[in-house]
Amino acid sequence: MCLAIPMQLTAIDGPQGVVDTGGVSCDIRLDLVETPRVGDYVLVHAGYAITVLDEAEAVETLALLTELGVMDPESPE
Amino acid sequence: MTDNVITLGHGSGGLLTHELVRDLFVRAFSNPLLDPLDDGAILPSPGGPLALTTDAFVVSPLEFLGGDIGSLAINGTVNDLAVSGARPQHIALAAILEEGLDRALLERVVLSAAEAARGAGVLVVTGDTKVVERGKGDGVYLTTTGVGAMRPGFPRSDRGPGPGDVVLVSGPVGDHGAVILAARSGVELQTTLASDCGPVTDLVEALFEADAVPLFLRDPTRGGLATLLCDLAEAGGCEVAVSEADLPLRTETSAICDIVGVDPLHLACEGCVVAVVEADRANQALDAWRVLESGAGAQAIGELRSAGRGRVVLHTRYGGARTLLRPTAELLPRIC
Amino acid sequence: MSDVLEPFRDPGRLRGLTHRLCNLTPSKPIAFMHVCGTHENAIGRFGIRSLVPRWLRVIAGPGCPVCVCPPAEIDAAARLSLDHGVILATFGDMVRVPGRISLAEARARGADVRVVRGVHDAVRLAERHPDRQVVMFAVGFETTACTTAAAVAARPPDNFTLLLAHRLIPPALHALMELPDLRLDGFLLPGHATTVTGTADYEAFAAATNLPAAVAGFEPVDILLGLERLATLAVHGRVEVTNAYARAVRPAGNPRAIGITDKVFEPTDAPWRGLGVIPGSGLSLREPYRQLDALDRFGVTLDPDLPESFPGCECGRVMVGLVEPEDCPLFDNACTPSSPRGGCMVSLEGTCHSRFVYREVRND
Repeated sequence: MCLAIPMQLTAIDGPQGVVDTGGVSCDIRLDLVETPRVGDYVLVHAGYAITVLDEAEAVETLALLTELGVMDPESPE
Repeated sequence: MTDNVITLGHGSGGLLTHELVRDLFVRAFSNPLLDPLDDGAILPSPGGPLALTTDAFVVSPLEFLGGDIGSLAINGTVNDLAVSGARPQHIALAAILEEGLDRALLERVVLSAAEAARGAGVLVVTGDTKVVERGKGDGVYLTTTGVGAMRPGFPRSDRGPGPGDVVLVSGPVGDHGAVILAARSGVELQTTLASDCGPVTDLVEALFEADAVPLFLRDPTRGGLATLLCDLAEAGGCEVAVSEADLPLRTETSAICDIVGVDPLHLACEGCVVAVVEADRANQALDAWRVLESGAGAQAIGELRSAGRGRVVLHTRYGGARTLLRPTAELLPRIC
Repeated sequence: MSDVLEPFRDPGRLRGLTHRLCNLTPSKPIAFMHVCGTHENAIGRFGIRSLVPRWLRVIAGPGCPVCVCPPAEIDAAARLSLDHGVILATFGDMVRVPGRISLAEARARGADVRVVRGVHDAVRLAERHPDRQVVMFAVGFETTACTTAAAVAARPPDNFTLLLAHRLIPPALHALMELPDLRLDGFLLPGHATTVTGTADYEAFAAATNLPAAVAGFEPVDILLGLERLATLAVHGRVEVTNAYARAVRPAGNPRAIGITDKVFEPTDAPWRGLGVIPGSGLSLREPYRQLDALDRFGVTLDPDLPESFPGCECGRVMVGLVEPEDCPLFDNACTPSSPRGGCMVSLEGTCHSRFVYREVRND
């Protein structure tokens, strides 16, 4: 279950927010996230933001990938 | 008092019907074949084979970004004729209106249909209007029937599509379906994406002019590109290998599909064609398309192979491969 | 910007990870189970099974809340809509799941069934139709249960009630481990459920089962990273839970979502299609919110004697990974997406549906 997609928060109005991805936006509920900020990427599931994505952690995962040596786009199949 | 909405009286065959037909439909579509308002239009003979097609149009919402049920009904039939290899010429239009329909909306739809007909170079030469009780229709249903003279030399008598031939698509896929899906009740996404609703006559003409007479020609409407490619694989008795990375897809269409959880290849296009041509004709066909506004996003998306008869294989941008199937039922937004 | 998105869709990184995975040398074939329909769907859509080495089998577990929803609950939804005239709101996936009749059939017979994006849209329906009763047929795992809880906590109007069919994943995993024939070497954990719950329950589960686990996200690179991390643990015989989706999943999960869920719901025993009744695997409303229970309000009871499946249907065993969809005699035969016999073929996240739609092609 749990189709959730990352979307960027573009507006906040109390418990409601507006999110965007690829030029498509929709209203969502923010009841389940603490102190969301405009510009944050949130995971949206069933019309609710269920978390704010952590960019620092994303960078760390990418660093791990580099460490594993998987940055080379020419890596053999 | 009845000026602003359609009433059952507009379908009675009496004065109201007469006024509606005269003041709206005939005024919008006016031409010498229609204007006499006889029971049937008398068409000149083209002196060769004719293509005949009919299509019923139901769409919700009736008006959407990039078109409405009026332009859709004209272009849908024009395009069916064009991909049959005909030059679309004459259209018959039947409208079923629901009691209570906003007259202004009907006027917009009819004027839009008239503009689409002018744009595609066809004449609406006969028609009919009926009104059903409130609650028994969905605002407007339109049915269009069209005829056109077949081009000489099509369909090709030498051979059909086969291994080695290339599959071309004239532009981004799924835009129309994505626009309708985004507007659907329960989905309600905001986007500036417009339907690709438009005539494909120029695209078809360009192929013939460029001496790239297609071996297979179809427009990916309901069921989307996936359905068309499955039809192609079955018709050609071969495998259609498609490269996901080469598929033209607008960011917005892709985003709508991600949000709703549907495959863009299952969404309808209304102004796009798919053609199969010999490999050595692919470039001239693409060049001919790309100078047209409606063909600016044209791409070669795959080829026919002799292995795996009757199936479509999508090679993903990640190096994986999977078969592509027709959509199975109503496209429902999925959450889980 | 967007460091959280594009890099995880990069084919170069994916190739690199595939390469690493293929270089591992396990002494025997390895089988991992994921328990998330969105994983199954993404694995199919990106063609990932055709990329992983032959020694690695990725089995789909009971990860689709629509598929595990027993017929009794679908039947109750159909009766609420047909016999009690309510507006029945639910997710698109539920509409075609077969019960005694499906909700699509109920709609064809006059039921007012509305597809909504989420529970909040169902609440809005209730606000817009104060003269009607609106019932949200709420399915889903922890990820979705917290949204239902948030809607309840936000005080919906009096004409709004819930038909609850939420399920919890950890109790189901424990039940799975009781199955005698299941041989597994690790679990790929659902990134969105763990976004809400955190990883504590799964740490305990890994320790109890002596199997490693990896939390994975849903972009292609996320899934491959999860598989690669998990395979590395399995090959080295290490039992731990690793988080390959750290930008979304924190060890403690989403405390706010957990808090709202606990405030509104309490665990209850619940039946799963294919697994039977699993203790503490469902959710019911706590006392202060009981008036929101649609079954109570309309006096509808669940009929536990409804047959679970069509004769010959292997959904129960497919759902727990004991057989592959292709091994079911009905698959692509009597049972297809256009004419589904079992829940697994209906939902886009169902194992059979995914496998039917995304048949992978191996070129090796």
